[in-house]
Amino acid sequence: MNDAPTAASPSPAATTPRPLLVAEGITKRFAGICALDRVGIDVADGELVGLIGPNGAGKSTLFACLTGLLPPDDGAVRFADRDITDTPLHRRAGLGFARTFQRMELFAGMSVRDHLIVAVRAHNGTGSLVRDLLFRGRPTAAEHDAVDAVVALVPSLRTVIDQPIEALGLGLGRLVELARALITEPRMLFLDEPTSGLDQAETAELAAVLQSVQRDHGTTIVLVEHDLTTVQAICTRLFVLDHGVRIAAGPTADVLADPRVREAYLGAGA
Amino acid sequence: MTQFLTYLLLGIPIGCVYALMATGIVVTYKTSGVLNLAFGAQAYVSGCAFYVLRSPDRLGLPMPVAFVLAVLVLGPALGVLLDRALYRYLRTAPPVAKLVTSLGLLVAIPQILQLKLGSTPLTNPPGVASDSTIAVAGVNVSTNQVATMVITALAVAGLTLMFRHTSLGLQMRAVVESPRLTSLTGVDAARIGTIAWMLSSAFAGLAGVLLAPLFSQLSDIDYFTVLVAALAAAAFGRLTSVGLTLLGGVALGAAQKLLDGYAPSGSVFWTGMRGSLPFLSLILLLLFWPGLRQNRAAADPLAGVDPPPPPPAAATRDRRLTVATYAIAAVVIVGGSYVTYAVVDDFWLQLVTHGVILALVFLSITLITGIGGQLSLCQATFCAVGCFATAQLTDRTGMPVLVAACVAAAFTAVVGALVAIPALRLGGVYLALATLAFALMFENVIMPLEAVSGGSRAVRVPRPRFLGISFGDDRRFFLLSLAFLGLASLVVVLVREGTTGRFLHALRTSETAAASLGIDPARAKVTVFALSAAIAGFGGGLLATFNGAAGRTFYQAELNYFYGLVWLVLVITLGSQSAQAAINAGLSFFLFPRFLGLIPFLDQSTAQGVAFVLFGLGAITYAKFPEGIIESQTRRITGRLFPSSRATAEVAP
Repeated sequence: MNDAPTAASPSPAATTPRPLLVAEGITKRFAGICALDRVGIDVADGELVGLIGPNGAGKSTLFACLTGLLPPDDGAVRFADRDITDTPLHRRAGLGFARTFQRMELFAGMSVRDHLIVAVRAHNGTGSLVRDLLFRGRPTAAEHDAVDAVVALVPSLRTVIDQPIEALGLGLGRLVELARALITEPRMLFLDEPTSGLDQAETAELAAVLQSVQRDHGTTIVLVEHDLTTVQAICTRLFVLDHGVRIAAGPTADVLADPRVREAYLGAGA
Repeated sequence: MTQFLTYLLLGIPIGCVYALMATGIVVTYKTSGVLNLAFGAQAYVSGCAFYVLRSPDRLGLPMPVAFVLAVLVLGPALGVLLDRALYRYLRTAPPVAKLVTSLGLLVAIPQILQLKLGSTPLTNPPGVASDSTIAVAGVNVSTNQVATMVITALAVAGLTLMFRHTSLGLQMRAVVESPRLTSLTGVDAARIGTIAWMLSSAFAGLAGVLLAPLFSQLSDIDYFTVLVAALAAAAFGRLTSVGLTLLGGVALGAAQKLLDGYAPSGSVFWTGMRGSLPFLSLILLLLFWPGLRQNRAAADPLAGVDPPPPPPAAATRDRRLTVATYAIAAVVIVGGSYVTYAVVDDFWLQLVTHGVILALVFLSITLITGIGGQLSLCQATFCAVGCFATAQLTDRTGMPVLVAACVAAAFTAVVGALVAIPALRLGGVYLALATLAFALMFENVIMPLEAVSGGSRAVRVPRPRFLGISFGDDRRFFLLSLAFLGLASLVVVLVREGTTGRFLHALRTSETAAASLGIDPARAKVTVFALSAAIAGFGGGLLATFNGAAGRTFYQAELNYFYGLVWLVLVITLGSQSAQAAINAGLSFFLFPRFLGLIPFLDQSTAQGVAFVLFGLGAITYAKFPEGIIESQTRRITGRLFPSSRATAEVAP
């Protein structure tokens, strides 16, 4: 595995011609409050972009609209030139979507291994009730291999792989979510505040995993993040939201230097 | 026209009672998130109390004294008790856990009351007014009916004024929005919650007392039916609006009387339909009434800030406990079967056989509730569908009875899927209500039809012949039932360990994450619903051939909707997630009351009542012990006895 990334800027890949994911004019209101006002975002194939903004800026709402958790009131989301605005959540996995959650969504009562088995089986679509009844519902050798492969990518899980999820701390829990997303070999990975609650070592492991996934598998990654150090270290481009409006977009260094961003995100005195 | 007016005027007082109870339901649901199915039972308590206090041949107290004691003292007192002893601890529990708690109470409270009151029926219940009639718009209406309308109008107006214009009302509305935010402003949300419970329980008590004179005798079943009507009215009010709820209740009461008056008489179907209007309304409202299913949790701005709940203390099961359980189970099953087969007399043999078939049916609850995470209140109805289908198939086509039972199981699976497909859009608490309404519809409209239950004459069902062996003999039939139970257990274990069980486990614990992985929630749930219905249906077929006949009497004695509720709470008490708990439950259902009956001072009917009370009270612990109180305590005790076991702990099966 790589060492923890430093604050040096990652390999630039910002000028890929064809965007993989495009959202245009996304608008979402909650009981009169406009959480998103005609927000657009585009992500190129193989890119690692960040979505930042102060609390309540609408990052999570935009994320929910992109991943299919919430239908936008207006606007469209296209993925690989296909309109997916109305595609239900469970169909998007088949398109190559995978995600982690800000508020962890783990399967209580399952071991780490079971989490990964469920994910890989759902991805392969090989399970059925009939197979269950024919004594063929247990994890297969291929599935165990897939688990081993993803554990090689996220090595801290190795020692806890057969532990119940309840025995794990927050940091490992987030890594389980990441591994559960990665085992489906996603084309498009969404991470919602992946480093919140992680200690430094875990944050470094996560950043390293993300960079290697992007580099070696060509996975496109969008992440919502609070920790600017991580964002600076791994994201090539950033989108900044404030009060439901996109206030800046562009290469990481430029965006972080933008006075409007500094004002909105870091406070007027920053 | 006068006839129309008569029906309308007769219907409004009943509608007022619906509305009162529905208002209570709405108040509790809004402030505590509990959809209280036990309101009918609470109303029954006040109704019985008023009877005992007021009735000349009992205590014979003056009306105001009896009214105050039954409605204004007993009602709120019960509310305080339920809140302080139970619901206060469930504030952050999932809605389904709250519903199970109220189901437990629904089963236990009337049984406790009947143990207290004895078996003498409470006939000719007195009303709040004297028994005279007055003419309203040319129609004779009893003073009790007028009193009901006046009291309802006063009560609802008072409640509305209180909500709008008092500081208590303001605080209650704030609690509805967000208990946490309200607490942060210095209001004691728990106290407000208790007051809401007192208030709503007083409404239940009021409804209970006003309802009594409408029936010739007090019975918990009538109160339950009224509860379902009240649920329909509350659903009409989208579980939030008191005004719409009142309107819904009154409209339902009036519509019922109009249907009574104008529906063709002499038809079994229409006779059933008359009583079923509340159930039908509830189903239709659940399915088609927009705005009902707003996510309550989403409305609380602070809902997301709670840390994830701590893992239950006994979430893991010691591997040695599992091994020990299997060993003990093997000894008990082999030994018990041998004793049953070879030693005991016919009475106990039949009892155990019955229990074995019931255990098979209970496995369907393990599937739907333990593995599927859905609450179905109509498993007894699926069982009845299978039972009557088997009977009709053998009777009409001469099909061998086991083949008929298999076809019936497939048929029941289709019925289950048809119930599930629209109902699953609802999810959680609403699915439970929809299945309850379906069970009541079946009982009142479909079951009485001659094509289903054979009308007044039961359909005879032969015992099976299989591989040249006749199972007419009870001992052989016992072995056959045992074999089918083993097969069904295997199915449950295979499903739980296989893809279906894993996907459902994922959906149960985080539907969002599961769907994000590509698991289709609707498909997985319909599958388990259909499979569960199939097992219940096959069990119904076995019951039909075991009993030798299937008809209305058999249905009422074995498979009515109330059994569906008792079965569910029993399985939940013993542990809804393991096949072995379902088997324990099946055997306990008949054997436990019998064993209680062996206690010298308990007669058999008392023992039956005590057993039902314990089944119900066990279920109210579900929120604390989702794996079942018995299972949880076993794990805890093993943990104490063998403290080193954490190292070998494994995830509970």
